[in-house]
Amino acid sequence: MSILIDQSTRVLVQGFTGKEATFHAEQSIAYGTNIVGGVVPGKGGQRHLDRPVFDTVAEAVRQTGADASVIFVPPAFAADAIMEAADAGLALVVCITEGIPTADMVKVWQFLKGRRTRLIGPNCPGIISPGKSKIGIMPGHIHKPGHVGVVSRSGTLTYEAVWQLTCLDIGQSTCIGIGGDPIIGTSFIDALELFNDDPETHAIVLIGEIGGTAEEAAAAYVAAHVRKPVIGFVAGQTAPPGRRMGHAGAIISGGSGRAADKIAAMKAAGITVCETPAEIGERVKSRL
Amino acid sequence: MKIHEYQAKAILARYNVPVPRGEVIFAVEEAEAAAKRIGGSVVVKAQIHAGGRGKGGGVQIARKMLGMRLVTHQTGPEGRIVQRLLIEETLPIERELYLGITLDRTQGKNVFMASSAGGVDIEEVARTSPELLLKEPLEPGFGLAPFQARKLAYGMGLPQEAIRPAAAAMAALAQAYEAIDASLAEINPFVLTTDRKVYALDAKINLDDNALYRHKDLIELRDLNEEDPLEVEASKYSLNYIKLDGNVGCMVNGAGLAMATMDIIKYAGGNPANFLDVGGGASAEQIRNAFRILISDPHVKAVLINIFGGILRCDTLATGVVTAARELEIKIPIVVRMEGTNVELGRRILEESGLNFTVADGMKDAAENVVRLAQ
Repeated sequence: MSILIDQSTRVLVQGFTGKEATFHAEQSIAYGTNIVGGVVPGKGGQRHLDRPVFDTVAEAVRQTGADASVIFVPPAFAADAIMEAADAGLALVVCITEGIPTADMVKVWQFLKGRRTRLIGPNCPGIISPGKSKIGIMPGHIHKPGHVGVVSRSGTLTYEAVWQLTCLDIGQSTCIGIGGDPIIGTSFIDALELFNDDPETHAIVLIGEIGGTAEEAAAAYVAAHVRKPVIGFVAGQTAPPGRRMGHAGAIISGGSGRAADKIAAMKAAGITVCETPAEIGERVKSRL
Repeated sequence: MKIHEYQAKAILARYNVPVPRGEVIFAVEEAEAAAKRIGGSVVVKAQIHAGGRGKGGGVQIARKMLGMRLVTHQTGPEGRIVQRLLIEETLPIERELYLGITLDRTQGKNVFMASSAGGVDIEEVARTSPELLLKEPLEPGFGLAPFQARKLAYGMGLPQEAIRPAAAAMAALAQAYEAIDASLAEINPFVLTTDRKVYALDAKINLDDNALYRHKDLIELRDLNEEDPLEVEASKYSLNYIKLDGNVGCMVNGAGLAMATMDIIKYAGGNPANFLDVGGGASAEQIRNAFRILISDPHVKAVLINIFGGILRCDTLATGVVTAARELEIKIPIVVRMEGTNVELGRRILEESGLNFTVADGMKDAAENVVRLAQ
């Protein structure tokens, strides 16, 4: 089993006809993802990648029965695209777009309250249930179906971890990149809860980074609720304070967000913490 | 993006936050005239993008600060050359308070903070006496409601006649914060004067880089003199580069992997010279520029390239690196670690280039190799 997505997930691509969206939609289709159409205002009625294009998400949902979408629209319009998808009642919205103003995401956060839509991201690689469905930009071939759940704030570092697992013949149930921004839809805790409840997930890899207190909160949740082995890593142990390390959320400020605090919290929660990113695979193996 | 105190105060004044009268000067000769225009006793404040200026000697009732090298706990040991001064009226201060706004990630909204313990390190206050740090969430679109502002003003123990002006100043600060897409605003200290007025005596504002596209006027406030020249150069090519003080140059795709690469270099006994994220979909041209910037740091003794090819294909990377290495006649050792899309093709391009690359197997091997080569 997997969490959130599988072969039956019917996916729309918002910003379908753009260059990036087209490339990644092709990759997803080749992987087996059930892409049922796309949305581009003003291009309704056209076809793209042999699939219908709609002017609005609502119309696309009516016509295709879609239950998820992936967003590739530019940052200035991405928050609106998320809200449109939520308004249309989609269960899952994955926002790949990087660079959305924080103020826009503050509004999105309020808008999503009380709605059934789960947002993943923004500024994330997306979600993949290996062998079933890939909604995002991760290279599909490095994954392998199996029983380890992976949740991470980072993109390529997640690929690194997944690749180490696959090389050790350890498959993954689902891998989620929750994104590197200060405000994100799905948190570590949300993902931990889903993995903990999934009988086919036997262990969980949690990859954090400096900035904020999400890792500390996740550690507290693990200590209280998670009954499966959790293997963790925190990137940015050598990052200087006050400098934003690429991700908008990755900044040590106000004396908080330090890697050392996060690692200490994880260890206290019984999480196996990897000292270097090179040992993630081996450490998972030791806990299975 | 960081801006100067005088720029922050000009913005705040537009939103009716009371600030002391002052003028910015760029040359010593302008100081006297500015001081005369302001009248009375004045304070001279060095304008650099770093905190701790008071402790570093940057705020003095004196002249001849222009051109001095100011070192504070936030500038690093090399300090910053002072190129702008703010000359301001002095105020009869009765109490120093603290105001701040920033994002509360766990609540998904901004939070307004106020404290009666101003003028000092607010992080220390938050740690030792958290009850002195008052907080009010800012509901998106509503700003700081009058009742919230009053709550904070009374909470800080202000005298009755200062409640109204303080509440108005706080609401104005919240309004400014939202209007300019700030990511941090701090007024430390926010002062009460003996004549029961309030002023933003200092002001620190950071702007959300992601929102700058809708604030063309604010982009102009960027002071390139306050940034590392290599970082400025990198930003022209949409490269995310941060200079550090080690000798192992790193080029990585993705911020998380870039941080993890710095970590493993340190773990292997070395010191990273920089953080460099070339992004998910870098072109060969961007790679070439990244490489050039990376090695123009004279401290770099060896380079580690760590790429997990997803969207960025390994052959694109290899082509960019080979071109750059030839053009720039690079003499220092380069360790390359690649995985992912088109990795075989990428490795072949490196091998057939005839250049001296060490191709590493995995991150650990790569880090150990590059640290050894940098010694």
